[in-house]
Amino acid sequence: MAAATVLPAVYLVLRASDAGLGDMLETVTAGRTMELLGRTALLAVTVTVASVALAVPLAWLTVRTDLPGRRAFVVLSALPLAIPSYVGGFAFVAALGPRGLVQGALAPLGVDELPSIYGFPGAWLVLTLFSYPYVLLTVRAALRRLDPSLEEASRTLGRGRRATFWRVVLPQLRPSIAAGGLLVALYTLSDFGAVSLLRFDSFTRAIFVQYRSSLDRSAAATLGLVLIALVLVVLAAEARSRGRVDYHRLHGGGARPAPVVRLGRGRWPAAVACAALVGLALVVPLWVIGYWLVRGVAAGEPVRLTGTLIGHSLAASALGAVVAVVAAWPVAVLSARHPGRLSRLVERASFTGYALPGVVVALSLVFFGARVVPAVYQTRTLLVFAYVVLFLPQAVGAIRGSLLQVNPSLEEASRLLGRSRAATTRAVVLPLVRPGVLAGLALVFLTCMKELPATLLLAPTGYDTLATQIWSATSEAFFGRAAAPALALVLLSALPMALLVIREADRGDRRLATDSATTTDEAPVTPEAPAMVATG
Amino acid sequence: MTRRSSIACLLLSITLLAAACGDGGEEAAQVEPATGSLTVYSGRSEELVRPLIEQFESESGIDVQVRYGDTAQMAGAILEEGDNSPADVYYGQDAGALGALSEEGRLQTLDQAVLDRVDAQFRSIDGQWVGVSGRARVAVYNTSALSEDDLPESILDFTDPRWGGGKIGWAPTNGSFQAFVTALRVSEGEDGARTWLEGIKANEPKVYDSNVPIVDAAGAGEIQVGFVNHYYLYRARAENPDFPAANHIFPNGDLGSLVNVAGVGIVDTAPHDEEAQRFVDFLLSEPAQQYFAAETFEIPLVDGVEPAADLPPLESLQQPDINLNELADLQGTLDLMTEVGLI
Repeated sequence: MAAATVLPAVYLVLRASDAGLGDMLETVTAGRTMELLGRTALLAVTVTVASVALAVPLAWLTVRTDLPGRRAFVVLSALPLAIPSYVGGFAFVAALGPRGLVQGALAPLGVDELPSIYGFPGAWLVLTLFSYPYVLLTVRAALRRLDPSLEEASRTLGRGRRATFWRVVLPQLRPSIAAGGLLVALYTLSDFGAVSLLRFDSFTRAIFVQYRSSLDRSAAATLGLVLIALVLVVLAAEARSRGRVDYHRLHGGGARPAPVVRLGRGRWPAAVACAALVGLALVVPLWVIGYWLVRGVAAGEPVRLTGTLIGHSLAASALGAVVAVVAAWPVAVLSARHPGRLSRLVERASFTGYALPGVVVALSLVFFGARVVPAVYQTRTLLVFAYVVLFLPQAVGAIRGSLLQVNPSLEEASRLLGRSRAATTRAVVLPLVRPGVLAGLALVFLTCMKELPATLLLAPTGYDTLATQIWSATSEAFFGRAAAPALALVLLSALPMALLVIREADRGDRRLATDSATTTDEAPVTPEAPAMVATG
Repeated sequence: MTRRSSIACLLLSITLLAAACGDGGEEAAQVEPATGSLTVYSGRSEELVRPLIEQFESESGIDVQVRYGDTAQMAGAILEEGDNSPADVYYGQDAGALGALSEEGRLQTLDQAVLDRVDAQFRSIDGQWVGVSGRARVAVYNTSALSEDDLPESILDFTDPRWGGGKIGWAPTNGSFQAFVTALRVSEGEDGARTWLEGIKANEPKVYDSNVPIVDAAGAGEIQVGFVNHYYLYRARAENPDFPAANHIFPNGDLGSLVNVAGVGIVDTAPHDEEAQRFVDFLLSEPAQQYFAAETFEIPLVDGVEPAADLPPLESLQQPDINLNELADLQGTLDLMTEVGLI
């Protein structure tokens, strides 16, 4: 299964070589290609940096402090992930465009036109707002399981709170920041919805133009290969920051949770800042969808929301999530327990599909599907397979993060006591990494729900989903008809994620309560819910 | 751990549900080439096409499976599927994708009798695809601010400073507008096209994302005139009969009123040739042509079918001397527009 994730790369090599080496080199070295590469890399770097800058303080505020409304913010701050970039990007254009809804509201005050949000600033803003939760989730999970005694030691030795954060806390968060940042960076490279709606000329957009103009597949494929090269650079950068450190505890007994930091006078400003972020990333898109819904219903537009649509979306996404997690298990075990050249190769290969634009992956599977396995072509089987190729790294990361926190000596003990490998996995490992498995399921489910290009190209004929229905209506500018499916899509895909985040926060809080009474005596080495530790 | 189990239960039940009702999807895909079925790959959206498909199904008794998608991506899918393509008919939004399929040898030559129903300028030179409905570029104008006489005979004249200061609205990122710019490059040369784009830009036009908001803005008097496809006005009028805007058609074969088409071709490997031909016939039949006129407000391409009231009849749209087959170089157009600083 992991090997299957390189199919898109194989396809790109086949297609690009149609053109001959000379043409390929010409495409690669063209000034425009280099410029695009630079712009795209710049976007990926700035979106990642901004996501980290947003997510780390947000994680700290929602885990460690007495922020007003903390429990609500814990959930709300993770949910922008459920908004597809083609909906979010559209909402931002509709709301903040030069003559958008906001300008309309301000018109009585004499505001004729808002400054343009198009180009780099808009693409940067939208991508940051809808992908920072990747970092937030990984960092929050890491923050929950930090051993506060290190921080206390630092304070005892005379360092201030701030210095302790920079010198002690932040270095420990580095792997989780890198893991979340990796998902953000690769997502930025592959995204088409936001860059096209906000008119930023990125690499994916160039690939789409190659298809749109005269269906130039060789040039598009060559550009795709350049994108893969860029991905390898990103992966190498992440690997450097990962290092060779053990993250599990050496002794039994969980770490005590850290005491709550009192924000004092900073409480309300911090809450306002969090509310502003949630307002931008969550309320703006929902407001615009609601506006179109009301307007559409008032104009008597048909509400295109049926049980079949919802059923198709849920079924394909749930299957995708389950199969992805099953396929991710061996990759994660290999990577966490047997680090080495082979496991690194397998893990990196699994990123190919994730970082390529969805349409490239989809066309590669059209190619292999129709030619090699016509029996499953245009069946849900192949669609689910496509989801796995696209989103495997999310599941691998979540499970791997959980596995790394389990002390391997537990498995060894189980084997020594006579349990077989399979029985050990079932009785010892699985229960301990359940949080990671659930996190992987929720994340892949959410991402499959909003996936568009592969669904359009690979689903069985007539297998409409919420995402394809939104696309169908918006492509003819019937925004009112797209609103109900869009709302359903966001709510349904957010649901498992919200449940998971609430559960995770509950556990943290409960520990805090027991801890203040007695010393912690929870079950030995129960890893804290690592949620999305996507140490890809 | 009720929450934990609730998540697990939720996912499990969804999966079981999926597995239980799963066969529906699989079956839909594996419709064998039985007689009386047809697979259409449509680059046109379901919103526009579905009623037409239903009409064909009930008239012919043929079961039609339609895959909807993006015009270029659906064509790309046929190319990648190779000989195993289940597609019988490709129905595309513009001439470019049809031309690309034909160039790769993936379309059959159509019957001359079918081709002859449509004027030569709206079909492929080698008879591999045929246009079924047309859309004209026009200038939509606010009828309180302007009258028909105020508007120039050529779109090239909008570079005049008299149109300066935000009177014009346009959508440089829109595909139809870009096709027009490609035509401009073919007809006036790169320099001519650049001069026009820069001239309009100097008049400080208002920039929109697509045709719909331009038509709204013209109605609201936010702009006096905008460059759009003709049919959006009719949608606005359907909502509000007193909508204060009208379409200006540029006379004498001016580029400003270029007509582009949506068209069909039969795939070379079509498993159901005969049904495919019947479908193409149907699209060029009177009922289908009337559907385009009345429901999508497009221009019927077959002689003798009148457009809906106050739509321009095809004869009145004297076509510029541009062949639709020549409009493939989108990359060149985007490069030029980037250079001028429009996109």
